Amino acid sequence: MQIKCYINGRLFNEDIEPDMLLIDFLRNLGFTSVKRGCDTANCGLCTVVVNEKAVLSCSVLAASINEKHITTLEGLEDEAKIIGELIANEGADQCGFCSPGFLMNVITMKKELENPTDEEIKHYLSGNLCRCTGYMGQLRAIKKYLELGKDGE
Amino acid sequence: MFSLKEYISVKSLEEAYGLLNQNKNNVILGGLLWLKMGNKNYNKGIDLSQLGLDTITETESEVEIGCMATLRQIETSQIINNYFDGILGKSVKNIVGVQFRNCATVGGSVYSRFGFSDILTALLALDSYVELYKGGIIPLEQFVAMPIKKDILIKIIIKKDGCRASYKSHRIASTDFPVLAVCVSRCSASWKVAIGARPNKATLAINAAKLLSQNPTKDDIGAACVEALNEVKFGTNLRGSAEYRSQLAKVLVRRGVEDICK
Repeated sequence: MQIKCYINGRLFNEDIEPDMLLIDFLRNLGFTSVKRGCDTANCGLCTVVVNEKAVLSCSVLAASINEKHITTLEGLEDEAKIIGELIANEGADQCGFCSPGFLMNVITMKKELENPTDEEIKHYLSGNLCRCTGYMGQLRAIKKYLELGKDGE
Repeated sequence: MFSLKEYISVKSLEEAYGLLNQNKNNVILGGLLWLKMGNKNYNKGIDLSQLGLDTITETESEVEIGCMATLRQIETSQIINNYFDGILGKSVKNIVGVQFRNCATVGGSVYSRFGFSDILTALLALDSYVELYKGGIIPLEQFVAMPIKKDILIKIIIKKDGCRASYKSHRIASTDFPVLAVCVSRCSASWKVAIGARPNKATLAINAAKLLSQNPTKDDIGAACVEALNEVKFGTNLRGSAEYRSQLAKVLVRRGVEDICK
């Protein structure tokens, strides 16, 4: 079957199988920031944004994104670079495999929550698992990221 | 891994119902989260997402949740959080993560009558109904007891009758399936006690609820907790034994009733 969608603002017309998952669709097109982790909708590694909502691409049919807008980390390179540096400065990155999905959800959270508390940040990101860091360094980095743009910074 | 021969985004419920009953291997897709974990070979996958069934609305006497509304919509809906002490939002907020709840639909969870369903437990304790395409509007309690038939759950209707409610669950890890879920409600003088993740599908402890008066004493509450254990069957799975669940039920029912009496 044929679908038409926009990935990071670019139009794609592709032929797909009806049961193809969005993660495979994106990776086949070269968007390899989208990582396959648990494949059971638990780890958050495959997070992408579909029409402004963060979703698990391992659990969405590619067929269902017809006419929709998808954003992967490749489309948010500037923002990813900023968060990446903050994470590195806090020593909050080890293997880095969870980072793309984690960053996608952080960026979505920034748009959705206004001045979130630590508890709200932890709750929002509870679907992004990291098995290296213990999350505290990431939390410090996120709080610094959320402060950016305030007071004209 | 499941497989699907054909994907169809339907234009009407009539079309969806016709396709669903055309072949025993045709299926309504819902949020796909559970469906894709299986290894069934489906013929046609029917997507309802173009039918505008993802809304949460209220009338003077009811709250209506469309079958394609996501668990995240339920968690963040102002309408839903205004009623029933916000228990519907509370019941779903620990399910995996935001991305998961952006995908999972309430229709998928309720129609499938999953044993682990937090939202089914919470809805069962309220004055809830389901609207089915062919089956019409029936009480949720009746729907839960029915065998799964090929029909389409269009929406969930909850009467706004000033019920007080409390939702409690116990989880091994905060984002895991519940080991046990309990929802207690009091509408006027009548109580409902729903127990889910037993690990079987949620059920009402009817006799236990009858032991609770408008303002129950400590003894009444204790008696209701014991009765709940007598009338509800608990089972064993990897998350906990039947004995462990029955001990949890005793505590969670008591806490739920006490919450409402506060």
